[in-house]
Amino acid sequence: MKVKSPLEIYKYLPKTNCAECGYDTCMSFAANIIERKVKPADCPFMLEEKFKDKLMELEDLTSPEIKEVVIGVGKNAVTIGGDDVLFRHDLTFFNPTALAYDVWDTMPLDKLEERINTIKSYTKFYVGNFINLDMIAVRCVSNDPLRFKEVAEKAAETGLPLILVSFSPEVLRAALESIGNKRPLIYAATEENWQEIARLAKEFEVPVVLYSKDLATLQSLAVTFSEMGIQDLVLDPGTEPVGKGLQETFKRVIQLRRAAIEGGNKKVAYPIMVVPMTAWLIESDKLSTTYWETVVASVFIVKYADIMILHSLEPYEVMPLVILKTNIYTDPRKPVAVEGGLRTINSPDENSPVFITTNFALTYYTVESDLVSAGVDCYLLVIDTEGLGVEVSVAGGKLTASVIKETIEKEKVTEKINHNSIILPGLAARLQGELEMETGMKVLVGPVDSGRIPGWLEENWPPK
Amino acid sequence: MGEEKNSIQDLLEFFRKLNVKELHNVEIEGDIEIEVDLQQTPIFELMRAIGYELGMAGYHLMNASKMLGYPVEVFFQPPQVAEVPVQVEKEVSVLSELIREKFEEPKVEYPGVIEEIVIGATKADGGTRSNVVKVGGEKSLPFYYFDALMPNTPKVTIDVFDMPITLAKAVREHYQDVMEDPGDWAKKAVKEYNADMITIHLISTDPLLKDTSAKEACKAVEDVLQAVKVPIVIGGSGNPEKDPEVLERAAEVAEGERCLIASASLNMDWERIAKAAKEHGHVILSWTQMDINNQKTLNRYLLNKIGYPRDSIIMDPTTAALGYGLDYAYTNMERIRLSGLKGDKDLAFPMSSGTTNAWGAREAWMTGSPIEGDSDWGPREYRGPIWEVITGLTLALAGGDLFMMMHPGAVAVFKEICQALYGEKDIRLDNIEQWITLEVEE
Ligand code: B12
Ligand code: SF4
Repeated sequence: MKVKSPLEIYKYLPKTNCAECGYDTCMSFAANIIERKVKPADCPFMLEEKFKDKLMELEDLTSPEIKEVVIGVGKNAVTIGGDDVLFRHDLTFFNPTALAYDVWDTMPLDKLEERINTIKSYTKFYVGNFINLDMIAVRCVSNDPLRFKEVAEKAAETGLPLILVSFSPEVLRAALESIGNKRPLIYAATEENWQEIARLAKEFEVPVVLYSKDLATLQSLAVTFSEMGIQDLVLDPGTEPVGKGLQETFKRVIQLRRAAIEGGNKKVAYPIMVVPMTAWLIESDKLSTTYWETVVASVFIVKYADIMILHSLEPYEVMPLVILKTNIYTDPRKPVAVEGGLRTINSPDENSPVFITTNFALTYYTVESDLVSAGVDCYLLVIDTEGLGVEVSVAGGKLTASVIKETIEKEKVTEKINHNSIILPGLAARLQGELEMETGMKVLVGPVDSGRIPGWLEENWPPK
Repeated sequence: MGEEKNSIQDLLEFFRKLNVKELHNVEIEGDIEIEVDLQQTPIFELMRAIGYELGMAGYHLMNASKMLGYPVEVFFQPPQVAEVPVQVEKEVSVLSELIREKFEEPKVEYPGVIEEIVIGATKADGGTRSNVVKVGGEKSLPFYYFDALMPNTPKVTIDVFDMPITLAKAVREHYQDVMEDPGDWAKKAVKEYNADMITIHLISTDPLLKDTSAKEACKAVEDVLQAVKVPIVIGGSGNPEKDPEVLERAAEVAEGERCLIASASLNMDWERIAKAAKEHGHVILSWTQMDINNQKTLNRYLLNKIGYPRDSIIMDPTTAALGYGLDYAYTNMERIRLSGLKGDKDLAFPMSSGTTNAWGAREAWMTGSPIEGDSDWGPREYRGPIWEVITGLTLALAGGDLFMMMHPGAVAVFKEICQALYGEKDIRLDNIEQWITLEVEE
């Protein structure tokens, strides 16, 4: 973003403080533009004809440093890029690294379908959401345009955005003629084929990856494409998976991003692609290679990759990567909390247990989904600990016997049950005595991890 | 190797002469340029040679072959019917020449420098260690060698406890045979698992565990110092009442060895611990719980109230596992490191990470997901170590210097990736574009 203070934005706004946008004043709206929580067009008046020029100028001033590129169409479309800072604590990172998993056009049909389905159906529950895999990268191994097109069509049936991978313009054209309207990302334009690839990108209006291990060449390609009116670009500086090559890959990625954000080099201000899949060029055993692909990917999830192509679908590789990208792209400005209060899980009655937990989103959703999945009928009393987890809030004095007592009274918990008992998380065991004294209820201490509640209930419920 | 290009045969010959161990330490000067003609050359053989280093990492993943080839669950869904689009060919024009550009490499210089800390003392310095370990000394962000060379790679210290403890199954199986004896435990960690250092945790002193006396517990420190010649870290049980007494005694027992004493923390009598550590010439670990301001405060106390020398402080800003607060830990460490580099002398110290915390994440140790709808989590023997590696690696990228770890496979992979990013591995794979047409065997 070119502007740093709300004042610079304020100048362009209607200055009526009408509050239509949901903020009390235009100045407050401007501050939220800086925070990237709203866009200029969210002020309804800016859409009026007389503000047309101002809106355009303001959009230019407030657009992110790194260009946002959309891949795919419809609800599965993925936006990449859009970052404004080099360190997440300076604002937040936007648009988590998109993970694309590969298929190739010489796979036997049954294997291909299996793989596509694995990619499509992957889910991991985390902090209240199911995380899925973002895209499929279709590689042309056969060099046969027809075959490639058929495999691309199969992959497109999933509705997931695609990356079409081949240096051959004929091959890419074949697939684009069939599924070009699904806005796939095409890979890649190089120093050799750039004209042909540019033609495709223009003709089918699709985003395109530029590839070169040499950053000057990469910038040359970017400037040339931009000059031709092709702005939906992704830069691949080449991923060398081992040794000095990896070290230099790290340098190229960092330098590209630093140049764009701090060095003011708008010419390379595009999303970056990294291909940890190159780890599979190293002949080694499957486990080592899978591990190596995972660590290479991790380095670049932490450091600036906006999109990556991966091969291994082993769950022990996929799960840590989807969680890592979620962690790194979590907005550090947002309190990750849910509302306090009494929730019902499945269908509890007066004999059902009452569990206590805190309103930190990670804690709450973990506990809630554990209980739902295990089919436990119960109440979950969520204490407002200002968004802190169990152990932290006990240590920090936010989860105390008196706060729990207040919430029990407010939610009229005792009226809903006939056993007069409640269950504390194992990590809050030290509140047991005091809570019994304050509430006169029977206070049980559950396991340390909520995943173990079902087993614990078998031995401890109903209370003796 | 210089300028001349080697034939594949030369290279293969070269690698063949080396066994795994030697290759691990080999240094090849200059870039290896290999011209590969895919049609004629045994590319896989070449890659096997180059990939040997990785074989090393894999080698440490115990029981690897046993666990290979487990069935991946696959879900089938009925295929959806795709719409058949019609494309109208457009007339498009493109430029005839590439616009040639130069790429300016940005360079960032910071005014500050992170202290370089030496842990351990050899005979020359009045100790009995065979080598010292150096951490810190950075003038740039981690692995940003293009700004300033990082003088030291991240180091690993393996956790040893003074009594058998509950460990995740995947970790336990590697230490089962030595858990009764801290000396044996330490020896195994150094000899077989390549630990740079050993951390002896005196947890039996915890009143809730065995309540071992400080004197009794310090025998384990002596045992470990006897058993291994690498520098050591001495930790208490974390009990705020007992630790000052235990660590005071430990500092005395280990005099001359320049250990890292873990730790001085605001929630206990840190003054007593720090005074003892200073008096007996040790490095102190300044531990705070994820709070940059507290970290600064405690460091200032150590420097100003105790007069702790600047070359003897390491910080532990607390580690949270991947998925369980790693984002907080990462950002906290990154901010601390940036402050140090930008000139805040109170924060310009190396950082340590309790990476073993990763095993607290349920994804690391549970047999499967308790949550309905999750895809298969895969075998936990593999998940656990990778959880530890990623937790450590992420924090290495935030500025971590010393890593307290446990799983031997995790240690091996973590070291391997740090050495690669550090530039210690002078190997390279050409023709990386071949991933595009690679047929990966399943
Ligand atoms: C992230 C973190 C923070 C973050 C908190 C972010 C947040 N929104 O909660 C921040 C940086 C803010 C923080 C601050 C502090 N922290 Co802190 N923090 C951690 C850390 C690294 C992870 C905690 C976590 O999020 N766990 C994951 C969540 C999901 O776990 P959970 O809430 O406990 O839920 C699980 C279980 O409790 C159980 N469960 C939950 N509900 C229920 C219900 C029932 C019925 C059952 C049976 C089970 C159950 O299942 C859940 C899933 O496994 C831990 C260390 C560690 N590695 O564990 C230290 C830790 C918890 N913090 C600690 C401390 C001391 C603090 C501070 C007091 C430090 C300070 N001096 O300022 C402050 C307090 C904050 C305040 N002002 O009140 C100590 C606590 C020591 C202790 N045991 O007393 C720890 C253990 C670090 C340490 N070793 O010293 N911290
Ligand atoms: S809607 Fe527009 S004019 Fe009204 S307060 Fe918001 S920014 Fe100002």
